[in-house]
Amino acid sequence: MRGQTPSQTIGPFFSHALTAGTTAYRPLVCSDLTDEALEGKPIRLEGRVVDGDGKAVSDGMVEIWQANAGGKYRPDSGFRGFGRSGTDASGRFRFETVKPGPAAPDAAPHVHLAVFARGMLNHAFTRMYFSDESEANRTDPVLGSVPADRRETLVAQRRDGEAVYDFEIVLQGKRETVFFDA
Amino acid sequence: MKTTLLRPRDWNSQPRQAHSDYKSTLRRSQSQPLVSLPPGSGEHVGPLFGPHDALAAHADLTRNASASGEAIGERIIVAGRVLEEDGRPLRDALVEVWQANAAGRYAHERDQHDAPLDPNFLGAGHVLTDSEGRYRFTTIRPGAYPWRNHANAWRPAHIHFSVFGRAFAQRLVTQMYFPGDPLLPLDPIYNATADEAARVRLVAGFSQRLTEPEWALGYTFDIVLRGSAATPMED
Repeated sequence: MRGQTPSQTIGPFFSHALTAGTTAYRPLVCSDLTDEALEGKPIRLEGRVVDGDGKAVSDGMVEIWQANAGGKYRPDSGFRGFGRSGTDASGRFRFETVKPGPAAPDAAPHVHLAVFARGMLNHAFTRMYFSDESEANRTDPVLGSVPADRRETLVAQRRDGEAVYDFEIVLQGKRETVFFDA
Repeated sequence: MKTTLLRPRDWNSQPRQAHSDYKSTLRRSQSQPLVSLPPGSGEHVGPLFGPHDALAAHADLTRNASASGEAIGERIIVAGRVLEEDGRPLRDALVEVWQANAAGRYAHERDQHDAPLDPNFLGAGHVLTDSEGRYRFTTIRPGAYPWRNHANAWRPAHIHFSVFGRAFAQRLVTQMYFPGDPLLPLDPIYNATADEAARVRLVAGFSQRLTEPEWALGYTFDIVLRGSAATPMED
């Protein structure tokens, strides 16, 4: 057996290569997944990454991975289900995508996230569930395995009358988002 | 959906998340225990990339974003394989790299280090591995640069790597260092991985085989991701 390569921080200077790009260089992935989606309801995921003091993480990166509207990962249709966004001066990120379907009969719809930043030697995995799926959220086995008083950190709140979900990622402290040993 | 049962992350090979010598970890490292996921979770499958996604030109950072000529600096070749722990090569694995230029400055608006930018070097590229998991970049040896972590702090020369396996849970972002760099024993990021045997996996090897006469020095850097827990099936 070979040993695993250690993780190292993404550092502060990656946006020209990984997220924003430049006129001379375009990264392979972006924050808009709707072009490749053949079915499903377009939604917007908006969020913010903050540190243990509640300060905006303005040099972070968030990646999302999800099933399609039918609950399938890597469907034949070409929906890659993967996106990437940098965080701005207020720590904000944003994705345009479609709402994933449940991937298993007892699972609630959810999006997988990985958070990277200067000061994070390993990236952190979390999940985003939807506030308008409260019935399904009650039976989801992963949500059920999370301590009840921390479950809310995984639920994005739908804005009234809009297909927009707000999600805050707190890296550290009492309000820390639940992170997984994925 | 084909999910893989993955071996766990080997935390002995990984850096500790809170490392007081690296100041930025103090408010950004997690303080609560990680929650385990059941086998078959969606994290154990991941996005696929194919040859149509990558431009071959972006494997050569000395030319891929140049304004009018070749980048300045010591030309190098960096090549290796992306493997799982059991040695299985990963085909069509997306490898992205980014780095400072020869003077130790990133082409990034927030990098204010008093060193020249090179209009012919952006320091960003990507490539997909071949059927044997091999990748290869041509680039410029990056310079060391100062940072404000502690008094007279300098990062050793390094190239950042972002790697995708078959599963989202295999995702890896890391840094490759150069052999014999006197800054390595002083660098809190490199030394955040306590286990020396694991830490040295971040240091590339000089390779005479990869070195091209009258052209460029060669370095090898293999990247090992978590592997399957069961005996893998042949595709």
